[in-house]
Amino acid sequence: MNGADYELPWPRLANGCGVPYRVFTEQACFAREQTRIFRGPVWSFVGLDIEVPNPGDFKTTYIGAIPIILTRDRDGVLHGLENRCAHRGALVCRELRGNQARLSCVYHQWTYDLSGRLLGVPFRGGIGGRGGMPGDFDPAQHNLTALRLEVLHGLVFATFAPETESLAAYLGPMVVASIQRLCARPLRLLGDQRQFMHGNWKLYAENTRDPYHASLLHLFHNTFGLYRSSQTGACLMDHSHRHTMLYTKAATSDAAVDLEVYKDVRSYDTNYTLADPSLLSGRAEFDDGITLVIVSVFPNLVLQQIANTLAVRQIITHSVAGFELVWTHFGYADDDEALRGIRLKQANLIGPAGFVSMEDGEAVEIVQRAVTQASAASSYIAMGGGRAEDAQHLVTESAIIGFWEAYRRVMGWTDVATAAGDAR
Amino acid sequence: MNLLELSPLELQFAVEQLLARYVQCIDDDRLEAWPDFFADPCEYRIVARDNVERGLPLAILSCDSRGMLVDRVVSLRHANIYERHRYRHVVSSTLLDAVTVDKVQARSHYAVLRTRTNGVSEVYSVGTYDDDIVSAGGRLLFRRKLVTFDTNRVDSLLVTPL
Repeated sequence: MNGADYELPWPRLANGCGVPYRVFTEQACFAREQTRIFRGPVWSFVGLDIEVPNPGDFKTTYIGAIPIILTRDRDGVLHGLENRCAHRGALVCRELRGNQARLSCVYHQWTYDLSGRLLGVPFRGGIGGRGGMPGDFDPAQHNLTALRLEVLHGLVFATFAPETESLAAYLGPMVVASIQRLCARPLRLLGDQRQFMHGNWKLYAENTRDPYHASLLHLFHNTFGLYRSSQTGACLMDHSHRHTMLYTKAATSDAAVDLEVYKDVRSYDTNYTLADPSLLSGRAEFDDGITLVIVSVFPNLVLQQIANTLAVRQIITHSVAGFELVWTHFGYADDDEALRGIRLKQANLIGPAGFVSMEDGEAVEIVQRAVTQASAASSYIAMGGGRAEDAQHLVTESAIIGFWEAYRRVMGWTDVATAAGDAR
Repeated sequence: MNLLELSPLELQFAVEQLLARYVQCIDDDRLEAWPDFFADPCEYRIVARDNVERGLPLAILSCDSRGMLVDRVVSLRHANIYERHRYRHVVSSTLLDAVTVDKVQARSHYAVLRTRTNGVSEVYSVGTYDDDIVSAGGRLLFRRKLVTFDTNRVDSLLVTPL
C-alpha cells in the first residue's frame, strides 16, 4: 500500500485552519507521505558532516522510515545510499556507525564501494562450471540506490528525487541565513540524545512552529524569563511557508508587563528561583541579541539555539503513531573550555530530560491518544488571525497553517489555494 | 567510619544498603530527600553509553552541585508537565573497588521498570551505576554518581532521576 489513492477531505473554514485528525492516525496517509514527501521533491536532513569526518566513516539513519547510509569515501566525498542490498533487500549496514573500506551485505556478501557501486558477487561464475549468475549479468545495473546530497555549512541534506530544486533554492534565503548564523564556523560534536515520542511526526512539526504554546506549556521557560510571549520576537516563514523561524530576545521582557499579561495563566510564577543559578549563566555569543531561535525545516529538521545550546533535531518517522527525535548537540571547534562547559551544563535545558523541552513529548502524546478514534473531527487553528502570515510577535499559530499548506501541496491535495482563498 | 576497618562483607553490605535506600527513596516518590544522598560538591550525570563509547561528553541530565539536584526536584514538582508514573529500580551485581579510609568505588547494574497511568509496566532504562562513595559523619554519600544507560532511545521523556 503506497497511499496513492488516499484522499482526505479537509474542512473549509471562514477563519482559520482545520486539520482532519485522520492525518495523524491513518496508515494510508503515512504510506502516501513516505512516497510523496520522503521519496519526493524535498531535501531531508541526514546528519552533520563532522559525524563522518574520515574516509571510510559511515553512519546509518533514516529519511522518513527509509533506512539510509551516509558514507565518506576514500577521496573524502560524501555519499547518501539507500540501506538496502540490490540483491535480496537486506540491510547492508547494520551498525549505527563505523569505519569500513567497503560495504558488504552479510546475507550473500554482495560488496559495494563507499559510493554504492557493486564490486563483487560471490560465486558469480559458479563453482566447477555449475551455477553462477547469467552471462549477461551486469553489475553496473545493481548498485545501491544513490541519493543526491548537498551540504550547507556542515549540514548534510539528501533527496531521492532527481527533480528537487537546489538546496539553497529549497531552503530559501531566511533558512540559509539562519544556518549560516549558527553553523558557518568549524563545528565540534558534543553528542546525541535520542527520544521516542508516541505520536505522529506532524504533531511535532506543528509544535516547533507554535510560539503560542511555548510559555504556556513550558513553565520552566516562562518562570526564568528564557522565553515569554511578551518578549520581542517573531514568527517568520519562507516564501513557500514550509519552513519557519521563531526567535526571541530574552533581554526584552519587562517584569511588570509580564505580571499583567500572565495574571490568569497557571504557569507564571516569578517567585521561583534556582538553588544553583549557574545553569542559566551563559555567555552572549551573537551580536543580534537573539537568545532563542527555532528553525523548522520541512520535513525533518529543527535547528535551534536556546541560550548557549546549539543543536539539530532530526525527525525519524518510524510509524504513523511513533517517531524518534535525534538531538545532535554541537559547539564550535574554537570554543574555550568555559564555553564548552556552559553548553554542556545548559544541555539540561533541552532534550528528553530538558527543563524546557521535555513537555513536547507529552503534548504530542496527549493529542495522539485523543485523536486516534476521532473519526471525521478536525482541529481549529486560528490564533494570530488564521492565515499563514509572518508575525512580529509570538501570539500566533500562523506558521502551523503555513506548514499545512505546504504539506497539502506536496501530498498532491491541490485545492490548497482555494482553501486558503476561502479562509480570507 | 573508617572504611578500611570494615570487613569486605561489612563494606559490601553498607554500600548495598546505600544503594537500596537510594532507589527506594526515588521509587517511593520521596524525591525531596533524594539530594541528601549526595555530598556537596557532588556530580550526578545521566549519559548515553553511545556517547561515552564515542568519547563525546554530552549528558541528558547533569548536575555538579547539590543545588542543581534540588532544582531538578523543584522543577519536576512545580514546573514540568508529564504523565504520572512510578519507577521500580532493580540494582544488582555491585562490585567494589579502590577502597581507602573514607572512599570506595562501586559499580552496579540497574534496570528501571516504569508504570504509567494505563497500568502497563515496561522496561524504561537499563545500564550501570558508577559511584564514587565517601564516608562522612558516619554516613555513606555519593560524591559522584554516573548513570550510563544502554537504552539509547529515551521513551517519551526523563523527568524522574535514575
